Amino acid sequence: MSGLVMPAPDGATLRNRDEIVADMRIIVPGEGVVDTEHSMRAFETDGLTAYRQLPLVVVLPQTVAQVARILKYCNDRNIRVVPRGAGTSLSGGALPLADAVLLVMSRFNRILDIDYANRTVTAQPGVTNLGITDAVRHEGFYYAPDPSSQIACSIGGNVAENSGGVHCLKYGLTANNVLGVEMVLMSGEVVRLGGKHLDAEGYDLLGVVTGSEGLLGVVTEVTVRILKAPETARAVLLGFPSNEQAGQCVADIIGAGIVPGGMEMMDAPAIRAAEDFVHAGYPLDVEALLIVELDGPGAEVDHLIGRVEAIARDNGSTTCRVSQSEAERLTFWAGRKAAFPAVGRISPDYYCMDGTIPRKELPKVLSGMREMSEKYGLGVANVFHAGDGNLHPLILYDANVPGELERAEAFGADILRLCVRVGGVLTGEHGVGVEKRDLMPEMFSEDDLAQQMRVKCAFDPGHLLNPGKMFPQLHRCAELGRMHVRAGQIPFPDIPRF
Amino acid sequence: MRTFQPTSAEEALEVVRWAVSGRTPLEVIGGGTRRGVGRPVAAQHALDLSGLCGVTLYEPEELVLSARAGTPLSEIEALLAASGQQLAFEPMDHAPLAGGEARKGTIGGVLAANASGPRRIKAGAARDHVLGIHAVSGRGEAFKSGGRVVKNVTGYDLAKVVAGSWGTLAAVTDVTFKVLPAAETEATLVLRGLSEEEAANAMAVAMTSSGEVSGAAHLPETVVGKVLSGRLPGWRGATLLRLEGFAPSVAYRFEKLAALLAPVAAPERLEAQDSCSLWREIRDCVPFADGTHKPVWRVSMAPSNGHRMVMALRMEAAVDAFYDWQGGLIWLRMEAEAEAQALRRQVAAHGGGHATLVRAPAAVRAALPVFQPQPPALAGLSARLREQFDPLGILNPGRMDV
Repeated sequence: MSGLVMPAPDGATLRNRDEIVADMRIIVPGEGVVDTEHSMRAFETDGLTAYRQLPLVVVLPQTVAQVARILKYCNDRNIRVVPRGAGTSLSGGALPLADAVLLVMSRFNRILDIDYANRTVTAQPGVTNLGITDAVRHEGFYYAPDPSSQIACSIGGNVAENSGGVHCLKYGLTANNVLGVEMVLMSGEVVRLGGKHLDAEGYDLLGVVTGSEGLLGVVTEVTVRILKAPETARAVLLGFPSNEQAGQCVADIIGAGIVPGGMEMMDAPAIRAAEDFVHAGYPLDVEALLIVELDGPGAEVDHLIGRVEAIARDNGSTTCRVSQSEAERLTFWAGRKAAFPAVGRISPDYYCMDGTIPRKELPKVLSGMREMSEKYGLGVANVFHAGDGNLHPLILYDANVPGELERAEAFGADILRLCVRVGGVLTGEHGVGVEKRDLMPEMFSEDDLAQQMRVKCAFDPGHLLNPGKMFPQLHRCAELGRMHVRAGQIPFPDIPRF
Repeated sequence: MRTFQPTSAEEALEVVRWAVSGRTPLEVIGGGTRRGVGRPVAAQHALDLSGLCGVTLYEPEELVLSARAGTPLSEIEALLAASGQQLAFEPMDHAPLAGGEARKGTIGGVLAANASGPRRIKAGAARDHVLGIHAVSGRGEAFKSGGRVVKNVTGYDLAKVVAGSWGTLAAVTDVTFKVLPAAETEATLVLRGLSEEEAANAMAVAMTSSGEVSGAAHLPETVVGKVLSGRLPGWRGATLLRLEGFAPSVAYRFEKLAALLAPVAAPERLEAQDSCSLWREIRDCVPFADGTHKPVWRVSMAPSNGHRMVMALRMEAAVDAFYDWQGGLIWLRMEAEAEAQALRRQVAAHGGGHATLVRAPAAVRAALPVFQPQPPALAGLSARLREQFDPLGILNPGRMDV
């Protein structure tokens, strides 16, 4: 990824910068256009800080009409646009381009409608994920997807990345909790997909827009499902002498028909780092730690806690503690939630990966990682959304040591290749962005990728919106549209005989 | 008319390539239970995928099942049930409504229709549970999307856009679904004698409680006798709230919900067996599976607007109606004409949504938009998307045209 190649800047656009900036000021009057190098620095990177690039100009529109005018203006003049929410992407989804307008949606920050009877909230895209829950908490409701950046990340960004969180095995990803969006296409046209009702009236465009990483359109309004908060939640802290036993415990819990609200696993290096940092009382003599959270009606949670304890015992757990109070539940979680900064304390830098694997492959993948760790000479700590198989290996390195960043990146790429090899995928929740772009062929054939790019062609035939992200190479739409099967040239002229 | 019955994905690809080479449209079918939905397809030949049969992977502890597209849903459901699991989205069987034989549909058909059931309001539809597909586009190219793990954001989620595309984008050859534990038991709380407005309010109270209600339906007086062989207690209709889960949890929630709703009407209880049959009948629209071809509409709206739309529509057309999804899914049977314009006008006037004609004679379906017409910008986008999958209009041409 250090050798990342982005689309070559367009010379004409760079030469016309002054004119473009002036035109943007006409469309967005006031303080909505940022064009000095000093003030644009704040926007040069996102959550993947290894990459930095100043944009052509930063524009912060306030109305849907302004967004539509900006996109139409850029579309008419072949100017690239990079949309940005809160800038918390961990895959470089909001990395600017030197010749692109950076369209920042942070001033779209109002909640537009709260409808308890229909259990929906409609918000502008710049509202934070947690801001939605905060708006309905006093009535006992919440918005379920909870990415760890929820205090900062925006709901528009969540739609772009199809964000997850620790509760998504039971409550789903963003795609399962968004009912509708208003979106501006690159042409400047405004479309509404879905609303307070369920299902699409035609093609499920909302399904493909969610997780499209800002390549298909700019979302200007989001309607989400809100849920009544569970009556109670309790956590069980389980320690195991081996990763295999912890993995089997997870499988047995699911096999017993129990779907926990959250089920997180940590390996020995992660446990140690977290315990040293927050003193959550984690056992240090175990190889694997599980936090199993059960939420729902009190009677159900009490019933299931007993079953989980029995399953853990049968799998040889050496530690089993059940939270007896809300404070204790939060203490159990404190170490897990602080795992990233805790690792940050034991290593100058860390690089967070995000593959997903079939859970039963965990022992193989963990031992593979240990071998790679020796090969690359870099440590690794693992936190793992155990319920859904989403791994977050944290590779420890020091950016000030020449060559270590490159080694960390090669190590990470090897981990993701291993994930794909065992039947998993490159990214469970962080997105492809620029980070995993060049690994896409590990998972998809040329035909697979071509069909994905054709979807892009339906939305943005000029490839002006967020180019350089997700696809290793963007082929021209005319080329993608060419039919390779032509009349008279089929090698089997007979009518198929089955 | 020829019907091609490939027995492998490679053979299916060969059929579509042959069709592309001669620009010969194909009707794509599985079990044939949903052929009556959509505009009549203008195709001389059929691609019958029911020969692509069999579960190829089932790992209960990983919550994942893969099958060839033509595998009967009944086979999959039986396999899952043996491990205490299910497709949580409770896919509807369209056959009873059309007068066909029940339980003949395929898993590919479930995806093509984005089928769901009463649990849609809690667990989602087929599109929320599909993890990956292998398919042949109308370009004659095989492609895959997604994977076999439950958490995946790698690339565009083409499986979601293929869900509910009624075979007009691609012929799906293999599907992978997330599966979930089936509930240990269930019970249904029944409130009798509520008006449609009172029912809507009661369902909203239930859905906004912490009772984890997994089905909320209202059967008005004219419909209530058509389920459970007429045994459902009710005058002026019955409002139904389903609770599923572990036995102690269902018992606890039932008591709490009953206390919450006692001021509205005296809560009664249906035990697991009746509850299970009742919700299956609601799922499959059995009250309107009357052996006729009277037009039946499936309307999706914001739940609190459903009954208001129906009340307004009754002023201009003879309709029978019942409600699922807290009132947000309205099943309508028209006594005479389909009344597409009047219905869609009333839907638009009551907060919007969409109406799909799920049963009508072919001549009626040929003459009016079966699927909801879209505003121009959205219609243009949808048309461009279809062109990207099937530029020559090979697969089910015309079926979703409005």
